[in-house]
Amino acid sequence: MSFIRPNIRHPQLPVNDIGFTRADYEGALSTLCAGCGHDSISASILQSCFELSIEPHKIAKMSGIGCSSKTPAYFLGNSHGFNSVHGRMPSVATGANMANRDLVYIGVSGDGDTASIGMGQFAHVVRRNLNMVYIVMNNGCYGLTKGQDSATADKGSASKKGVPNPYSSIDLCETAIQLGAGFVARSFSGDKEQLIPLIKAAVSHRGFALIDVVSPCVTFNNTPKSTKSYDHVREHMNATGTFDFVPLKDEITTQYEPGKTEEITLHDGSAIRLHKASENLDFSSPRSAMNEIEKYKEKGEVLTGLLYLNPQTPDTHELLGTTSKPLNSLSDKELCPGSDVLKSINSSFQ
Amino acid sequence: MKPTDIENPEYFHKVVDCQYACPAHTPVPEYIRLIARGRYSDAYMLNWESNVFPGVLGRTCDRPCEPACRRGRVDEEPVAICRLKRVAADFKEDIKDRLPSIPEKKNGKRIALIGAGPASLTVARDLAPLGYEIELYDAQIKGGGFMRSQIPSFRLPETVLDEEVNYILDMGISTHFDHYVSSLKEILDKDYDAVFIGTGAPQGRDLKKLPGREAGDANIHVGIEWLANVAFEHTKSIGEKVLVLGGGNTAMDCCRTSKRIGGKDVRVVVRSPKSEMKASPWEIEDTEHEDIPIYENHSPKEFVTENGKLVGMNFEKVEAEYDENGKRSLKPTGEIVFMECDDVLMAIGQENAFPWIERDIGIEFGEWDMPVVDETTFQSTNAKVFFGGDAAFGPENVITAVAHGHQAAVSIDLMCNGIDVKERLEPGTNLVTQKMGFHEWTYDSPVTDDDRFVVPLADKIKSLSDRKMEVELGFDLEQAYNEAQRCLNCDVQTVFTTDKCIECDACIDICPTDCINFIQNGDEDDLRSRLKAPADNKEQDLYVSSDLKTGRVMVKDENVCLHCGLCAERCPTTAWDMQKYLYNVTKAGKGKEAGKACAK
Repeated sequence: MSFIRPNIRHPQLPVNDIGFTRADYEGALSTLCAGCGHDSISASILQSCFELSIEPHKIAKMSGIGCSSKTPAYFLGNSHGFNSVHGRMPSVATGANMANRDLVYIGVSGDGDTASIGMGQFAHVVRRNLNMVYIVMNNGCYGLTKGQDSATADKGSASKKGVPNPYSSIDLCETAIQLGAGFVARSFSGDKEQLIPLIKAAVSHRGFALIDVVSPCVTFNNTPKSTKSYDHVREHMNATGTFDFVPLKDEITTQYEPGKTEEITLHDGSAIRLHKASENLDFSSPRSAMNEIEKYKEKGEVLTGLLYLNPQTPDTHELLGTTSKPLNSLSDKELCPGSDVLKSINSSFQ
Repeated sequence: MKPTDIENPEYFHKVVDCQYACPAHTPVPEYIRLIARGRYSDAYMLNWESNVFPGVLGRTCDRPCEPACRRGRVDEEPVAICRLKRVAADFKEDIKDRLPSIPEKKNGKRIALIGAGPASLTVARDLAPLGYEIELYDAQIKGGGFMRSQIPSFRLPETVLDEEVNYILDMGISTHFDHYVSSLKEILDKDYDAVFIGTGAPQGRDLKKLPGREAGDANIHVGIEWLANVAFEHTKSIGEKVLVLGGGNTAMDCCRTSKRIGGKDVRVVVRSPKSEMKASPWEIEDTEHEDIPIYENHSPKEFVTENGKLVGMNFEKVEAEYDENGKRSLKPTGEIVFMECDDVLMAIGQENAFPWIERDIGIEFGEWDMPVVDETTFQSTNAKVFFGGDAAFGPENVITAVAHGHQAAVSIDLMCNGIDVKERLEPGTNLVTQKMGFHEWTYDSPVTDDDRFVVPLADKIKSLSDRKMEVELGFDLEQAYNEAQRCLNCDVQTVFTTDKCIECDACIDICPTDCINFIQNGDEDDLRSRLKAPADNKEQDLYVSSDLKTGRVMVKDENVCLHCGLCAERCPTTAWDMQKYLYNVTKAGKGKEAGKACAK
């Protein structure tokens, strides 16, 4: 009569390169509504980190407030986490990243936490190109406060209440491209085959990586008139293509015909091999990305998959010229070099 | 793959591994839940309906259910199903008023049962309540057959056996004990409507050709005969040095009995390697617990006698060799080992013997001089004569004999009603949702982490000095509850309704053992290769849905499903539901009511 997850796992669970099973990346049992898209995204993050063989203690989960921001409790239970203030996850993530640049930062936010109360924070963390993965669990409504339309709800879309949304929506991917993000993608919680490689590539990308994941709210926004329902997204989803994520350790041997297949090497040496839906797509061009997104929007469709990628953007640390080591690995002498050094710094500004 | 047909009664039956493996198909998880709820009498009656001797089987069953138990595939050890059955028997109240009533007015049909073992008694149990007049013949002075003569009292107290045998004998059965039937023709001449033969496999194998066999005869005994003599107190002692030949359960009973009636240096000597002994692992364990050594790879060569008295045996050591097909042969090494002894017990197998069945009364005999018996109806080539238990197809065990008895009773009932014995009814089945509310199911869905509880034993010194003192004490109620909670409730099925599914993946994400997949369809091998977690146990089915909206199918590997209900818990549309599946083998005269009985 209770809701308890058994401790027994599949007896032949596969092990990753560092000897962990998927179970080692699990978190607590989700308390979200049954069928919530967010749980699938949590499972995809978990699966990606397992497949990438990242040691759980090398990951920090950052979140704000909302249904989405509760999810870090439900995955990577052995990783670091910070459940911050509403809309303020980017600031906390920035601080954490400045202190320890060696961790993998996975920020989880919602459409309210990002596009309403946190819009300012979001804009600036993109501009600074903080090295993190920023996942928006985007359900177009405020699920935690009974499903009011959010800033990403499409104009005309109606949730359970039945009233069409009169306002224009914010497209977070377009915003991010415009503000200079190096990795921008859109996906759907119900399509793990697409989402998992995207997350893996985003983790390997240096700099700010946004994945805007349409994630249906089964309780308030899974209605026939909603553009963020399971059925609507499935029927109106068009992918820019499919891709394989090729980790660093796997030597790239296969050669592809130029044209529809393109290979992009990421900063850490791993690569993504894109099988594009159209030869006209140019993932390195912000203009091409914006055009494509808008083109599908006009048709009432959703463009998913990788939208824009520039692997060579300098991240915050590079922009600021910070130390190459995490602060906790520096000695007292390095952290506090003494009055003489302070004097010389001060004098350099005179 | 084609969508799974869950309407086929065998599909979900197979998911309930224990029940499926049980020859009598006892609804194991159902009675385990009753035990957990303290409803011992109800648990007992559910067992009694199905296997007739819960108290006996709860102590002595061969437990085909336990190696099959799903818990054994996901945890180290299976649920102690057998010993939980004993709990139901130990803690039940007086159940006499729940036994079927016996009609005063008989139906005019007379049935003879030859042999008073579990098979015959089951036939009696099933037919007496229907108004049949039943006459039971047995050479022993009390009913029970091998359950009485072969199973020592320290494993099965006489009171337990008497109680369960008497439930049946008290159904107005006419008994002819101490009556050896020496001619089937004589019985047939008495004009019974049907005759059931449940005489077991009464002949213990001997080593007639081994040198010294005749000279040492006074101290060389056939195991099963010797056990019977001990049980009926014709034999009260044995020499201090005893050699028991054989590696089966009878050998284990022989050596342990010897140790209680005078044997001091008791040894078990086996031809095969120990790992291939036929005895159940737990019986070997009990034997070793009583400090009885087992000598493996020793092949008997000679009984050694001095002045006409047995003084020991010579064995030749052998080595097990395996050919490419894994077939074993025992290769002599030439090394001879002498072991001193006062007595030898031979427990090297049993055989059927039907010297009392005339060969000209329409009963055909086939290979190994065994009667030709139909495997479903248990009818012989003489339409009026049925066989069951060890008598039908050779030595098996009590639970198999019970299963045979039920089916033979069905046949006899059909025949006596003028219906073709092949027109048998399907099992009664019932599939009902267990949802009570939010996060609330009728069964305890959480899976406990406990390891299998060990049944406490009586003090070794005391129990070795008293042949009738039961060694196993049985679980107390707290242990019984905790052990019962280890059951995974495999009869509570995960039922999937394709039309309701919105493919949100919630079930995939929550499933603790990664059983559930939504993928493109393919043939079975292809599907198995593409599932989220390894699915290489082909004895366990894949549950495949029809096509979903996205063109994919749901594929669930039944192998390691914990039946925890989380898929149904997390399903927003109740496309998954936990539904209890009851499967009742149709019994004699119960064809039409079986479904109703199930629904209760």
